[in-house]
Amino acid sequence: MVEITDVVCPLCGCVCDDIVVEVEDNEVKKVRGACAVGKSKLMGHGRIKSPAIRANGVLKDCSYDEAIKKAAEILAAARRPLLYGWSSTVCEATKVGVELAVEIGAVIDNTASVCHGPSVLAIQDVGLPSCTLGEVKNRASLVIYWGANPTSAHGNHMKRYSYISKGYFLPGGKKDKKLVVVDVRETKTAKMADRFIQVEPGKDYLFFSALRAILYGHEDVVPDDVGGVAKKELLELADMMKETPFGIIFFGMGVTQSRGRHNNIINAIQVTRAAHTHTKFNIMPMRGHYNVTGFNQVCTWETGFPFAVDLSRGFAWYNPGETAANDILWRKECDAALFIASDPVSHFPADSIRHLARIPVIQIDPFANPTTEFADVVIPTAVSGVEAEGSVYRMDGIPLRLRKLVDTDYPSDEEVLMRILEEVRAIRAKEGE
Amino acid sequence: MAVYGYEEEMGVKVKLISGRTVAQGQNLDNKLSDEYFNAVALCELSTEDMEKIGASPGDNVKVRTKYGEVVVKAKQGAGYPEGIVFIPMGPWANAVTSGDTRGAGMPQFKGIDAEIEKTDEPVLNIKELMMRYKEV
Repeated sequence: MVEITDVVCPLCGCVCDDIVVEVEDNEVKKVRGACAVGKSKLMGHGRIKSPAIRANGVLKDCSYDEAIKKAAEILAAARRPLLYGWSSTVCEATKVGVELAVEIGAVIDNTASVCHGPSVLAIQDVGLPSCTLGEVKNRASLVIYWGANPTSAHGNHMKRYSYISKGYFLPGGKKDKKLVVVDVRETKTAKMADRFIQVEPGKDYLFFSALRAILYGHEDVVPDDVGGVAKKELLELADMMKETPFGIIFFGMGVTQSRGRHNNIINAIQVTRAAHTHTKFNIMPMRGHYNVTGFNQVCTWETGFPFAVDLSRGFAWYNPGETAANDILWRKECDAALFIASDPVSHFPADSIRHLARIPVIQIDPFANPTTEFADVVIPTAVSGVEAEGSVYRMDGIPLRLRKLVDTDYPSDEEVLMRILEEVRAIRAKEGE
Repeated sequence: MAVYGYEEEMGVKVKLISGRTVAQGQNLDNKLSDEYFNAVALCELSTEDMEKIGASPGDNVKVRTKYGEVVVKAKQGAGYPEGIVFIPMGPWANAVTSGDTRGAGMPQFKGIDAEIEKTDEPVLNIKELMMRYKEV
């Protein structure tokens, strides 16, 4: 039995780096310190055993060479290819992915476009007064979760970084802190809150506007009821915000995926600015996958834009609404897709999936999932953070290094992508002759 | 674009939201399993909405939007106001959402107008649900 300490969890945007894992006979046997969801990832699930190519509707096992060659042929022949996923793999793989996208003139996009894509748009519009999770832990005496439910989605977030954690300036932990939850339903997180504010679905924008007005001293223009919330509650929330020396709003899918999308976030960031007329306030998106932030970083270094980048013109073109994965699928524009470290067939809307059933699909993933049912080429890889190392970015933009815990025969995502890229280049060189 | 008709009046009008749950997250890499099916092919309802459609926990419920319909198991949800139903994010929730991003790159996964009713139709398993996309 080998005990490995300071393991970095490859699950959600919290990227907890204090996990303890016990390994015996090259297998993870015990996990301590992770949340239920992270533990489940580290303990492992059934794997795709072999690369495969679909023939007559059935996936048939083949060699890595054959699968990689087939994948390269599909991509080299495509006129409007999509390279999508990337949020559960490491930055090194993404870097090769961008190179591949440039080579074949693809649209490259990550799961941000169905998650915090609207937040990225908002941040480009109005900036982001933010901080690190370390600062939140040590300083934030008021924590607001807005349309976010960390007890389900980010199991250790409150314990490690926010409401429950004991900070340098707040040694009493939650005794020294206040928790406010704004949501359309009373989630488990809401049940823990000092104050739960229930807003009607799709009314967050109104709520933010009213709160801004109050923080700027214009409470007289706010009506008695805003999106199902009494003015009195809004005034009390504004007072809590004014009184804290350091506050933070964490926001989630409740505001990005509902009516208003990026406009909700622009308004939420403006609320944070309004709070600056009284005190120090911060705002941070609750990024979902462990490296969804990392993709946005790498893609920005490489192309100038964070996600939904169209490279078909020979230069980078960015226009979410036109160039995001769902845009080119919904319009039936895409004619081949490579999915890596994600499962769009589970998480894309029905009419996007109907189009996927009609085009060649390549899947690179350690695990079988509904996307496998649509894949024409399946290439299994090592699990990053368990069997392969690499760099990832936490939700607050802090880079951390995933560790390798056990040995594997599976190639890494980066290695498979490199080989596909080489193969594509070879095909194109031959075509050019 | 809409594949399904929307003329027929169904049961009760609600707003549909989707999102993560612990059981959904635990089976993220285990989606072809019974555990994932049991964690995700369900709809959490308030007591009031459950009564309105005459369903009990464990009954099958049909959820319909103008983008499609899907059958899931009814589950008693705690903390839901009347008129809001929740399906954990995944293939069953997405069977009734649209890929139209309204110029933002992001489909609307939350706050979708929907109707619900009790049904005797079965809940499709993951393979059956996927087959439906290949047929249409």
